[in-house]
Amino acid sequence: MAEVRIPTILRPYTDGERAVTATGSTVAELIDNLEANHEGIKERLLDGADVRRFVNIYVNDEDIRFTGGLQTAVADAATVVILPAVAGGAGESR
Amino acid sequence: MTDKLNRVLTIDQATFDAIVAHARRDHPDEACGVVAGPYGSDRPARFIPMLNAAMSPTFYEFDSGDLLKLYREMDDNDEEPVVIYHSHTATEAHPSRTDINLASEPNAHYVLVSTRDGAEVEGTPIDFRSFRIVDGQVTEEEVRVVERYDDDSENTQKAEN
Repeated sequence: MAEVRIPTILRPYTDGERAVTATGSTVAELIDNLEANHEGIKERLLDGADVRRFVNIYVNDEDIRFTGGLQTAVADAATVVILPAVAGGAGESR
Repeated sequence: MTDKLNRVLTIDQATFDAIVAHARRDHPDEACGVVAGPYGSDRPARFIPMLNAAMSPTFYEFDSGDLLKLYREMDDNDEEPVVIYHSHTATEAHPSRTDINLASEPNAHYVLVSTRDGAEVEGTPIDFRSFRIVDGQVTEEEVRVVERYDDDSENTQKAEN
């Protein structure tokens, strides 16, 4: 059972809870388990088979982009943090 | 829901100045950062300039490691991001389509500073504006600069525009 920290913008899916528990031996499994209890959250995290470009997922403080992506192992009692990127900018259209 | 939001950003002069100085220092790249404050206080208290990992004149993004550290620190201090600021260096101080699409803190004041048209030079007037961005809806709000937060409204002045 991992603890998953939920960012403000996704708390509508968790009844306002800042942290929930989920099971799964990989991040992919964990997200499926999250989805089973908090319907709709998966679509906010994944774009097809990948993590969305502007969503960061960390397992025990490691960004999963550098540790195997959705196949990153999630140990029992791991802490998983979800954070939307803080990003933006004027864009190229000028 | 938006009725619950304060339609004004009250910010102290020192923090206002620090945001402007950061925008000027990083020009022509976009500068970005956060002003954290006690959870639920709506008071921008702790200025935290962030590195623009994109190092770009048209885009900003916090480094993902820095982002985690920042949120962990705010969690430990029972703080939240009261202000999220960044600069536009060749366009107006208004949220772009990218800004709106990527805005993910419905409780934050999104501050934009524009350093275009020579405003990167210290002492020149600079656009400093604040917005709420909720579900793709942008609402501009008044910026009220105060000397200190415990000051009463007599010492309140309007932000230079």
